Amino acid sequence: MKTSITKKQWYLSGFVAFTCLVSTAAIAGPIENYAPVTQQRLENPEPGNWMLYRRTYDGQGYSPLDQINTSNVKNLTPVWTFATGVVEGHEAPPIVNNGVMFVATPMGQVIALNAKTGDEYWRYKRQLPDDLFQLHPTSRGVGLWEDKLYLATTDDHVVALDAKTGKVVWDTKVQDYKKGQYMTLMPLIVDGKVIVGGSGGEFGVRGYVAAFDAKDGKELWRTFTIPGEGEPGHDTWQGDDWKNGGGSAWMTGNYDKDTKTIYWGVGNAAPWPGEMHPGDNLYTSSVLALDPGTGKIKTYHQYHQNDSWDWDEVEAPMLIDLQRDGRNIKSLVHPGRDAIFWVLERTPTKINYVAGWPFVATDVWKGIDAESGKPIVDPDHKPVVGKRVEFCPSLWGGKDWPSAAYSQKTGLVYVPANENFCGGFTGEKIALKPGELWLGTKPEDIGLKAKPGADHFGELQAWDPATGKKVWQHNFPKSQLFGSVTATAGDLVFAGGTNDRNFRAFNAKTGELLWEQKTNSGIMGMPVSYEIDGTQYVAVQSGWGVDAQRIQDALATNNIGIESNVPQGGVIWVFALKK
Amino acid sequence: MARALSNTHCSSSETVAEPEADESTEQTRRAILLGALASTACLGCSTRAHAAEDPPGSDERPQRGDVLVFSEGDQEGKLVTAADLPAGGPPVHAWPKDPKTSVVRSASRLNEILIIRLDPAELDEQTKARAVDGILAYSAICSHAGCPVTAWVKSDAGDKEVFKCMCHNSEYDPRAGAQVVFGPAPRRLAALPLALADGALSVAGNFIGKVGGAQPG
Ligand code: FES
Repeated sequence: MKTSITKKQWYLSGFVAFTCLVSTAAIAGPIENYAPVTQQRLENPEPGNWMLYRRTYDGQGYSPLDQINTSNVKNLTPVWTFATGVVEGHEAPPIVNNGVMFVATPMGQVIALNAKTGDEYWRYKRQLPDDLFQLHPTSRGVGLWEDKLYLATTDDHVVALDAKTGKVVWDTKVQDYKKGQYMTLMPLIVDGKVIVGGSGGEFGVRGYVAAFDAKDGKELWRTFTIPGEGEPGHDTWQGDDWKNGGGSAWMTGNYDKDTKTIYWGVGNAAPWPGEMHPGDNLYTSSVLALDPGTGKIKTYHQYHQNDSWDWDEVEAPMLIDLQRDGRNIKSLVHPGRDAIFWVLERTPTKINYVAGWPFVATDVWKGIDAESGKPIVDPDHKPVVGKRVEFCPSLWGGKDWPSAAYSQKTGLVYVPANENFCGGFTGEKIALKPGELWLGTKPEDIGLKAKPGADHFGELQAWDPATGKKVWQHNFPKSQLFGSVTATAGDLVFAGGTNDRNFRAFNAKTGELLWEQKTNSGIMGMPVSYEIDGTQYVAVQSGWGVDAQRIQDALATNNIGIESNVPQGGVIWVFALKK
Repeated sequence: MARALSNTHCSSSETVAEPEADESTEQTRRAILLGALASTACLGCSTRAHAAEDPPGSDERPQRGDVLVFSEGDQEGKLVTAADLPAGGPPVHAWPKDPKTSVVRSASRLNEILIIRLDPAELDEQTKARAVDGILAYSAICSHAGCPVTAWVKSDAGDKEVFKCMCHNSEYDPRAGAQVVFGPAPRRLAALPLALADGALSVAGNFIGKVGGAQPG
């Protein structure tokens, strides 16, 4: 729809940057000897690098580095830190390419650092409009291609930066932020295409996934997650409901390089109560299989129909080769916000349901239809208009967007889950005003309740996806768990996510807590691991905010002795073994 | 109170400290002047690029002499008078309107205002001094991340009703200059001086304090 900016716009944007004196300031840069990123490198990343959202296209969040392991992790110590100067939830993984680290923070900032020393090369600070507002003002990272990097912004632009200098190469407006369109995800880069998805389902937008040419920012394709008139699936909507049907694509997709298929998680339907949009509502709360060349939908699987709980399913499923019931399965594994641990099979033309089971307590589902894989809803716990309905788990679900991880060594999936929270709201018909929240309930009617007598909330769970057995679980008595987890070949699982500011390492086989370190704030960011000159590092952003903060406030108002006092402010932490 | 996050804005506008309620008029006047200068220097950074679609003046901040109209509900667009304000709340949501051109300044969401009438006996000294007949106006935009402040509910931290931003649960006490009483908001809501003549409300001056989120978005 939009093309790259004109010469005059270039000139104007240069002028703005100059008058404001804050666009980009080189400190120690530019970067010398930058290693250009190719498709071959993305498909087979060197063990010491972390160039994709979950390091590899399959979304496993697994590092093959094992210098730091169960026997020595107790000696892990901070080697450098860097304050980002920004409050709010810092959710992005530090992206590392041959010794250079790129970190995205909330408010449209990218920092390039020497990954060994923490010295700053350059910093990009986007000039965001003063009247911007979002429920989720954050960024989940930058994508890399050749000698550029790519940022999706909360004012709904995709920006290409020169990796060596931080200078803007192109800037493409995607949609209008004033209508509630924004982006928070790390772009997925496949074959020179910068692929992004739109956030904003809570404003009643229509979701989409779109690709831009990495060279010049030209839009190559856009696929709406809510099918329009004449498109397959459109008949799962009634009337004009599809026009504002939600289905945001909040998170980065994963990619099957063998079949050239991207798998993208799609958010819930808008507004929340299902009776306001009767039908199955494709492709909300689904995974879409897309052709990265054209954006064509190859196939899909809808986890649950006619969502009414705000249970988006935006984390893309992990691609895992499983041995299950005597069969090799090319699987898609997704611990859902809907409280079900989903195991699916991906084939070139179809996604098959294999198995599903609740991984936290839920009163919403009575079971799963073995043939279709559709969960069977208990109508007593499905929100409606005009009456308060309670349901478990809460609207943040069994696991929200923070990523699970899979260890190729243990064969286990590690899930940052939340137990003992229920929620509820009173559905209400509310007129849509572009750019204003449109939830189908008054925000003040939303509740989060701790189950009476609950002895813990957050759970780090380890599941065997081949057998459906839980192997271990670590409980957090006084905190939710709201942060992505990462597994390593050192048989470790790294996780933040709690309100006590700790960053932790667990034994991947047994769940034993082996190491913890207090940080400046709470951690929602994704841990990564990388290697430079023979030393393995672990890096994570600490910076509490957004949904972790909202759950924290809700906990505080439950009168269960938990305070709402987690300090905010972002810091990048990098650890290595004590020498 | 200027936050440490100036780098995400135009640097010049961030040098403007939020005037506290107890500052002298002179300090406040100087701060507003500085703010005005800063925004001139940073024209390219504002959202004015979008103004082309809107009538002139519709994205300007409230001006002295503006009248106030309902921004929502059955009476949307109608003048807000003192008689429309129930004693003790809830607040009315309003836009400023230029009485000469009839332009409603609704092109910037930063212009939305909460108007409330409270018992003057409940107000602290500085707030009481600013109130007319117990009527007060504040920016409706939360100082945390810029959501609209929509709720008038019992405080989580006390037993009185407060303004609440449901996005991340920040609460403001309108009896005490809209200071933050709960949640992540870093500073009070900006106040808008009002005048009252024959039951008609009008704007008596510029916003006192910074309007909008600590950081955009
Ligand atoms: S925007 Fe109001 S509390 Fe966050």
